[in-house]
Order: sequence, then C-alpha cells, then structure tokens
Amino acid sequence: MEKNLTANPLAGAADLPAPKRWGNRLFESVTFLSAMMIAVLFLVVGYVLIHGARLAMGTFGWGFLTNPHWNPVTENYGALSFIFGTVVTSAIALIIAVPLSVGTAVFLTDLAPIWLRQPLSSVIEMLAAVPSIIWGLWGLFVLTPWLHDHPYTWLNTHFGNIPLFGSPISACCIMSAGIIVAVMILPIVTSVSREILRSVPDLQREAAYGLGATRWEVTRIAVLSYARRGLMGAAVLGLGRALGETMAVTMVIGNSPKIQASLLQPGWTLASAIASQFGEASSDLSRSVLFEVGLVLVGVTIIVNIGALLLIRSIETPGSRRA
Amino acid sequence: MSSRYDTYRKFKSTCMSVLAVFCALLVVLPLILVFIYLLQMGISSLNWDFLTKLPQPVDPDHPGGGGMANAIVGTLELMGLALVMGVPIGLLGGIYLAEYGSEKAAVWIRFGADVLNGVPSIVWGLVGFTLVVAPMQNYSAFAGGVALAFMMIPMVLRTTEEVLVLVPGSYREAGLALGIPRWKITLHIVLRTAIKGIVTGVLLALGRVAGETAPLLFTALGSSLWNTSLKEPIAALPIQIYYYAISPFEDQNRQAWAGALVLILIVFILSLSVRMLSLRRKRS
Repeated sequence: MEKNLTANPLAGAADLPAPKRWGNRLFESVTFLSAMMIAVLFLVVGYVLIHGARLAMGTFGWGFLTNPHWNPVTENYGALSFIFGTVVTSAIALIIAVPLSVGTAVFLTDLAPIWLRQPLSSVIEMLAAVPSIIWGLWGLFVLTPWLHDHPYTWLNTHFGNIPLFGSPISACCIMSAGIIVAVMILPIVTSVSREILRSVPDLQREAAYGLGATRWEVTRIAVLSYARRGLMGAAVLGLGRALGETMAVTMVIGNSPKIQASLLQPGWTLASAIASQFGEASSDLSRSVLFEVGLVLVGVTIIVNIGALLLIRSIETPGSRRA
Repeated sequence: MSSRYDTYRKFKSTCMSVLAVFCALLVVLPLILVFIYLLQMGISSLNWDFLTKLPQPVDPDHPGGGGMANAIVGTLELMGLALVMGVPIGLLGGIYLAEYGSEKAAVWIRFGADVLNGVPSIVWGLVGFTLVVAPMQNYSAFAGGVALAFMMIPMVLRTTEEVLVLVPGSYREAGLALGIPRWKITLHIVLRTAIKGIVTGVLLALGRVAGETAPLLFTALGSSLWNTSLKEPIAALPIQIYYYAISPFEDQNRQAWAGALVLILIVFILSLSVRMLSLRRKRS
C-alpha cells in the first residue's frame, strides 16, 4: 500500500477505511441474521404445528374440523365444539368491547379535558399490563359468582324460554368467558382506536363545526365515518387477541366440549382446550390432535391479524388523506 | 320549528357525550375492581413465610403454611433467561431494520413481527415443548426460557427499530465524516443516543412475558422445590397461581391471591420504571 501521504494526501485518505471493512460486513450480517429470526420463527411455528399434527391429520382428515365430538376414551376427536366456543366467546367479547372502546377513544381524543387525557391513557395501559392469569383468578372467584347470582339468574327467570338463556345455568360458561375476554381486549382496541381518531385531521372537525354541526354530529360525520376503516382494523385486531386468549378463558369457561344454544352453559375454546388438556395427553394421538387444534388456532389468528394490520395501515397511506 | 330541532340536536349531542364518559368509566372499572380484590385478598395471605418458604401440602390443622418463594425466584429466573436469549436477537434485528435493511425487506420483516406479536401465547408453549422438552425428554427451565424468548424477539425488534429511526441522521453523518466505521457508529453513537428508548422497550416486553402462563404450562411445568439446574422443571408464579386457583382447597385459593399480588407488583414495578425512564427522556 502507498504510504506517501505528503505527495498525495487524498490518495492516502481514500485508503484509510479499507482495513476495517470486515467489521462492517460482519456486523451487518449478524444484524441481518437476527432480523431473519422473524422468518425463522414463522417457519418454526409452522413446522412444529404441522409436524405435531401429522398423525391427527392422517387419522381424521378434513372431518376433524366438522366433527362435534371430542371423546378421549374412544379417541374420537373433532374440533367443531372448540371452534364454536371460540367464535361465540370472541363475538360476545367484540360486541361488548368495541362500542366501549370506541366510546372511550372518542372521549379521550375529543371530549376529555386536556389534563385528564394522559392519566386516563396511562390507566388503560395499566389495564393492558394485568396478566391473563390474574383476570382468570378474579373472574373465577369474583366475577363469575356475581354474574351467576344476579344477571344470569335474572336472564334465566325472565327470558329462560329463549334458548340463549335456557336452563340449567352455570357460573363458568361461554358468556362469562366472553365477558372476561372483552375486558382483556378493551385496552388494545381502545389504544389503537385512539391513535386512529387522533390521525383524523383537525380540518375535518373544523369543517363540520363550520357547518354548524353539534359535537356529536362532528364526531359522527367528520370523525367516526372518516376513521371507519381504521376502527374496523382496531376491532379486528381485538378479534385476533380474543381468539387466542388462553388462561383466563380456561378458568371461567367450564371446559366442556359441547355445542349448546345456551350462552349460560359451559363450553371450550381452541386455546383453552390446548392449555387444559396438553399436560394430560399421554398417547401420541391425543397429543397430536391438540397440535392440530393449535394449527387451526394459529391459521385463523394469523389471517385475522393480517387483515387487521392491512385495515389499520390503509388509513395511514397518504392517498386516503383528504385533509 | 327549527329551534326545536336544534334543541333536539343539542340534547342528543349531550346524551352522546355522557355516553362516552360512561364508556370511559366502564373501561376503567375492571382495573379498579381487580385492584381492590387483589389488595383485599392478597394482603391478608401475604406474610414472611409466603415470601421465604416452599409450598407445603395442604394441612387442615395448620392452615396458611408454606409459601411461594421458589415460584417468585423462578419467575425472576425465567425472565432472566428470556432476557438473555431474546433481547440480543431482537435488538440486533431492530438495528438491521433501522440501519441497514432495504425498505422492501424492512416492510416485510416489520409486518412479520407484527403478525408474530399476535400469535396466541399458548402456541409458543407448543413450540417450546417440541423444540426443547421433547428432544431433552424432560420439562425444563430452559424450555420455558426459550418459549418466553421467542415471544420477546418480535416485541423488542419493533420497539428498537422505532426508537432508532428517531435518532437524527446527522449524528451518523458526523460519525462517518470522522472516518468511524459504520458498525462502531451504530454501537457507540446511535445505540447510545437511543439507549433509554431501547431499555423502555425491553422492560415493556419483559413485563408482558413476566405474567405469561400459557407458554410455561408444558415447558417450565412448575415445581414445588427449588430449581437447581436449567435442565429441571422450575416453579413460576403464574403457574403456581393457576394450580392454586383451580385447587379445591381454600387455603391454596388464598395463596393464589397472594401470589397474584406479588406478580402484579413485579409487573407494575417494571412498567413504573418504564414510565420514569420515558419521563426523564422527555425532560432531557
């Protein structure tokens, strides 16, 4: 290498970084490999579930998804009752959580006095930090006994002839699971909705006020309808979380593989079926069917999550900003 | 006529505002209720024995014996394992997205991380079981740590990236102008500038996995003894709370509440330090 710096300083300067380039390359490849872990994790999840479920898939085929029976004694396994439980609890959770969350988000962005907004958001973040097991504990010992003694009994005596609230009623039931899941997805739906409502340009609101709209009309016309897709995304994100809720649901749903019309009777969800049975599964087949249940669960949540992310992102693209 | 309609509109608007306030109250209500019950039920069963002794078999003659000391330590141990295995990968991956990756690759990885964040936690338990427990023929603390670490990677990756892109480009250019290699700029200038944000993200992720039960049920398994090896099952607060909560013995139910109180204290200490860090960041 030429070391004659005095003759041509520029040539020497250009040589300087050369000996250290391997450091750059090494560091960049290490970070690249770490980022690739995301792809690896996808492959790992896919491999683990498909590999684990092979035996069950071979034994039951597609009929697994439509078979309502789950009988470990006769080894007759079908996931329909879990799918039913998952869909119904998630639906109850969304029906309760989405209006409450959107209402709270409206309160936080447009109505609450400025000094209240930050503390209230922090409280909602704290709500999100409470572990699932603690909701389950509280649900099991406090919420479900109360629900059973008051609202459920009342519903059953007054509307007992509607199959939805038919006898016999049980404290640990699909309705209880739906309510607990609703509480658990409230924070995420609220915080995403709040972000969405915040991204609505103030010009929208001002334009509506300028036309003489009342506060509610501004919210309805300028804010909510503008943010409709994003709010739908928030709801779908909540759905993704609701589908996968495990521990709290396991503790309050009653764990029974039945498909019943009544919301006040025990059920079972995909996630809680894995949690409560995997430890006891001793035969290869009984373990394999739980992997297949996991495969169904992951497949559905991934599709739902992708949908949610696309919906939320669609309002962040510059094209839809008509401000 | 129009004035009557206006009164109706104003009335409707007020009603809706009241409804929104009501929504906010209803959202906050469960948190308050859970706290009241945790304090009420937890404190009465929380004593020195609980924090220092091992779980004991139920003895109707001497209720209130035994504790969850091993589970408290076990939870901290599992958090440490998840930290050691998950954070470096998440951190380096975040650095790749912010500093090196092409925009196209970054979009995919980011999207993938977001989707992984939504994968139900029970699935990570199945992953830990298949990858570690099945080959090793034994439930182990290591398997629990792996399951939690896998959950942490996408969370840490996303928060790290979000913080790093906030570091002004001029810092990097200044470093380049001094002839510092790029990797040193990243480690010594960019990371150091963003360190508080990164720590915040790590603590948040740690707080989320600290309370996880589902990934540990068939990896760490739980235990009533002290853990002596990473290859052995380990107790963890969430698992212990779960088994004590569904137990028929009232004594164990009470201990579950005490365990829940300790668990939520751990989680809130983490999130409180997050809040303090971000406050200081704003001030400086």
